[in-house]
Amino acid sequence: MENEVMKQTCLYDNHVALGAKMSPFAGFIMPIQYSGITEEHLAVRQHVGMFDVSHMGEVFISGPDAERFVNHIFTNEIRGYEAGKILYGMMLYADGGVVDDLLVYREAEPNHFLLVVNASNIDKDYAWMKEQSEGFDVEIDNQSDQWGQIAVQGPKAEDVVVELLHHDDEIRNLGFYEYFRADGLIISRTGYTGEDGFEIYASVDVTKRLWDAFLTAGVTPCGLGCRDTLRFEAGLPLYGDELSADISPIMAGLGMFCKLDKEEFIGKDALVSQKNHGTPKKLVGIEVFDRAIPRAGYPVELEDGTEVGVVTTGYHSISLDKSICFALVDTSCSSLDTPLYVRIRRKVFPGKVVKKRFYQTNYKK
Amino acid sequence: MSTVAEGLLYSKSHEWVKVEDGIAIIGVSDFAQKEMGDITYVDVPDVDDEFEKEEEFGALESVKASSDLYCPVSGVVVEVNEEVVDQPELVNADAYANWIIKVKMADESELDDLLDAAAYKELIGE
Repeated sequence: MENEVMKQTCLYDNHVALGAKMSPFAGFIMPIQYSGITEEHLAVRQHVGMFDVSHMGEVFISGPDAERFVNHIFTNEIRGYEAGKILYGMMLYADGGVVDDLLVYREAEPNHFLLVVNASNIDKDYAWMKEQSEGFDVEIDNQSDQWGQIAVQGPKAEDVVVELLHHDDEIRNLGFYEYFRADGLIISRTGYTGEDGFEIYASVDVTKRLWDAFLTAGVTPCGLGCRDTLRFEAGLPLYGDELSADISPIMAGLGMFCKLDKEEFIGKDALVSQKNHGTPKKLVGIEVFDRAIPRAGYPVELEDGTEVGVVTTGYHSISLDKSICFALVDTSCSSLDTPLYVRIRRKVFPGKVVKKRFYQTNYKK
Repeated sequence: MSTVAEGLLYSKSHEWVKVEDGIAIIGVSDFAQKEMGDITYVDVPDVDDEFEKEEEFGALESVKASSDLYCPVSGVVVEVNEEVVDQPELVNADAYANWIIKVKMADESELDDLLDAAAYKELIGE
């Protein structure tokens, strides 16, 4: 990794000027924190914070077969979804393993879609789409390097976005998982924090100007450190931890984003079988009754010491003041309130299975 | 820039040791607490636990990461600082005033392997 050339986002100089602690993530050198993870986390929960998410990938798909193609590679159902709407779902391998989780934006022009994918998977996803597109009349255009993206998140996000971007009515009336285009921007009511908020896609130059303008307006700059604590509390998965080639959406409890009544999509047969026969493992939430922190990779055990799973993400939750984690465990011990134990260094700490959405999210209705 | 208190001994893993009547009082350096950021949990051993030199005796946890603590000298734990267990942020506030454990040393000659303040400053590049 050390010798790998790290990419910078268009806001790299802004982060350094703000004194951010920078660290490699998904092939990019990214801000992990500015003032501190706790402070930034609370800024998003209570006021408004912003994240540089320019590392995310933007892939545009168009052509006569675009709708049929996107529906072929995507687990959710895009037919019947109007322009300006966004859908969350996954691209799967034939065996039900996850290539990536992503957002699909339906553009106003018929048969035009924007797919927003994880930074760590851009090259893999693009190659996968190209490979699957044989026999479809589509154009797949990876514009990831041309777009910057800022996520403005928190209860005050709407006010500050209106203040800076105007378009008052369009912004205030925008529903959760809806977007519009204006002035070369894509303004999307989406996020990864469990709070109301917007993701604003813009050219590289405009992204820099927007960042500075939001900063002047008093928005707290937030790093990837609190992005992880926020998404985790809200029960949102991270590709690589809670979803992967080995962890299917059924195992992760994300079956609602996979429309098994759809005519077909890659991986459908595998998911139907998993749904009917169950999976050996399931993703659960666990609350540990101690301040000790269950970290990724720590073993999950039964009272008698039998190992039944492993922690995928864990924190001492900032909003809830509890030690909680996601863990992939044997399905036989995945029901709510099952007593489970997490081995943290030399000791074993008791806990129980709880709902994965640890924090009550505050999305726009 | 972190402070290095004079008169203490230091391990390469960033613990400090102060010796009083055959007892090693052990904490972490200011450099270590700064690297960790906001400390949210201090994992300590029990009194009477026995550790070899450089054996893991506990850990500090911040929001993002955990960092193991290593015993700079061999011996038996005689006291644990319950104040830092209850208020981990004390370690951030003053890493030298807030010790973590006290150990009755098995072999005082092990102190010779530790760094003095000047050598520790060099180690952390200050």
